[in-house]
Amino acid sequence: MTPATEPMLQLLAPDGSYGVEKEYARYGEVIDSLGEDQLKTFYRDMARIRRFDQEAIALQRQGQLGLWVPAIGQEAAQIGSGYAVGKNDHIFPSYREHGVAITHGVELMSILKMMRGVNHGGWNPEETRFHLYAIVLGSQVLHAVGYAMGVKLDGRVGTGDLDNDLAVISYFGDGATAEGDVSESLLFAAVNEAPIVFFIQNNQWAISSNIASQTKVPLYRRGEGFGVPGLRVDGNDVLACYAATKIHMDEAREGKGPYLLEALTYRIGAHTTSDDPTKYRDEEEVEYWRQRDPIARFEVFLRRQGVDEDFFEEVAVAGDELAKDIREQTFALQKPPLESIFDNVYSDDHPEINAQRAWLRAYEDQMGGHE
Amino acid sequence: MAMSNYQEMAIAKALNAGLRKAMQRDEKVLVFGEDVARLGGVFRVTEGLLDEFGDSRIFNSPIAESGIVGTAIGLAMRGYRSVAEIQFDGFVFPAFNQITTQLARLTYRSEGFQQMPVVIRIPVGGGIGAVEHHSESPEAYFAHTPGLRVVSPSNPNDAYWMIQQAIESPDPVIFLEPKRRYWQKGPVNLDTAPLPLHSARMLREGTDLTLIAHGPMVATALQAAELGAEEGISIEVIDLRSLSPVDYPTLLASVQKTSRVVIAQEAPNNVSLGSEIAARIAEQAYYYLEAPVIRVGGFDTPYPPAKLEEEYLPDADRILEAVDRVLAY
Repeated sequence: MTPATEPMLQLLAPDGSYGVEKEYARYGEVIDSLGEDQLKTFYRDMARIRRFDQEAIALQRQGQLGLWVPAIGQEAAQIGSGYAVGKNDHIFPSYREHGVAITHGVELMSILKMMRGVNHGGWNPEETRFHLYAIVLGSQVLHAVGYAMGVKLDGRVGTGDLDNDLAVISYFGDGATAEGDVSESLLFAAVNEAPIVFFIQNNQWAISSNIASQTKVPLYRRGEGFGVPGLRVDGNDVLACYAATKIHMDEAREGKGPYLLEALTYRIGAHTTSDDPTKYRDEEEVEYWRQRDPIARFEVFLRRQGVDEDFFEEVAVAGDELAKDIREQTFALQKPPLESIFDNVYSDDHPEINAQRAWLRAYEDQMGGHE
Repeated sequence: MAMSNYQEMAIAKALNAGLRKAMQRDEKVLVFGEDVARLGGVFRVTEGLLDEFGDSRIFNSPIAESGIVGTAIGLAMRGYRSVAEIQFDGFVFPAFNQITTQLARLTYRSEGFQQMPVVIRIPVGGGIGAVEHHSESPEAYFAHTPGLRVVSPSNPNDAYWMIQQAIESPDPVIFLEPKRRYWQKGPVNLDTAPLPLHSARMLREGTDLTLIAHGPMVATALQAAELGAEEGISIEVIDLRSLSPVDYPTLLASVQKTSRVVIAQEAPNNVSLGSEIAARIAEQAYYYLEAPVIRVGGFDTPYPPAKLEEEYLPDADRILEAVDRVLAY
């Protein structure tokens, strides 16, 4: 499979030049409606999440985090799509969607808490509309479909009232597409005409398995047999990712059923800080994709648009401040009391939990305190 | 005091009536699974619900158990209370991941922001002459998983009330239906719930020995107690009703009285629910025991071909053989 031979929505070429092919005109119109402030926000957040990512890797290397899952290289796919999600829409991420998270007000410290091992998530999905990270691959995609089925049962699809209607977007990677849950999700969404967009970030590597061993047919076509149409988008082009997500989420909200987007991107870093990609891929390949960096490309575009140096300096300074801030906050994160493990195992009273909690209290008292 | 309103019905009908009541009470209650809509399920437990509630409240799912449970989780996040039917016990395993890694843990993972009021109904156990994968007793897998509640009614009255209580629970409930007893009839009190969902019930009083059973084995246990009585053995029979959590206070009170225990179950004994109960009784009632706790269960083999199941499944004689061994101490 040669990515280049497949049709792909691209508005911003790797050299930063902007252009809209005729068949993609409606995506271009979405970008025409964006003001400079919105474009700057895309850049600011892409740069912010990369700086965050670099700092988190450093924190893991210094033993302050148990693990880090870098998203470097995928910023355009995440920031572009994240900002296209509507004000009532719900997002079901996998575990690398730090960029999408910041477009919906999830505190970056919430993510670091997970990776430091002090909780398993803990932000309020109803408030942020950004659901918890899912570590079992593909599991969250079925939840997203079920949620979308509920939205439809609630009569909140296709009424034409933008304050009322909503849709769902589920993120997963090329690796997760092999999971049965993803196939079942496509089927359940199709037969229920659920208001959902499946957003695949194809970063081309599932740990050490290349995309060629994950699929025989390009992923944007994965939904065809289920009745879910799809589109490949340049995942390193923040404008294409924004436009495609905007249009297809709008359509899902309008009641046009499920849609699949494949954002073709590249995992510049390791799968996680436990991984060593030098063992299984060539540096030339990584370099090829570094030349297609989503942030550098967008910077060229913005400069051509007349955005001045002050802006880029301001973003760089803000990034350093963010890094310092999260470093301090991470060091300050304490583990919760052991007794908290009994909280929320059940919503209702449970005799075994009560008994074990009481036993632990007595044991700790006997041992002379909690440490 | 007004007379209670009793009605005679079979377990399958009682479940149907209980589901109907729950759906009438709360419009957020949905019923789905394989063939549950027009057909009413292969055991007809959901028969007639489509006509009363329409296809937005009860609908057929694609034949994909992980999808059934996974979408039930998403619907719970959206405020619905799903009752998902798994057609047969042996078909729950494709959904095992969604049940154990997701459904059971989301309330914990979300620090209480997301409740999971999902009921998974599964007909369980053997005795109907079925082909492979239609006669399993998978309760231990679920009882072992923190975050789940597991219950199993053994009679029509419990079936009617426990399904409603399970639907009202804010936690996920694995609801195991004794499939070979679906047609067993009994009185249902339509006015008053007999017990809370997680209470065991003493079904028959006795002084010599406590016999513990659940689901389809309860009828067999009662039969054994009847035969035992003819031989002059007074057997107390307890129906567990709830398999997780187990109502240990009720069990321990009986053990304190009888000092002897036999546990009957269809599942293979190795690492079974009966094993856990035996261990707990040993831990908590050691000085009351006059004999080791003995389990009577399936053999540690895959469920056999149907022609052998009558001999494979514990019957009253196998239970009484264990009773004799316990009484010999």
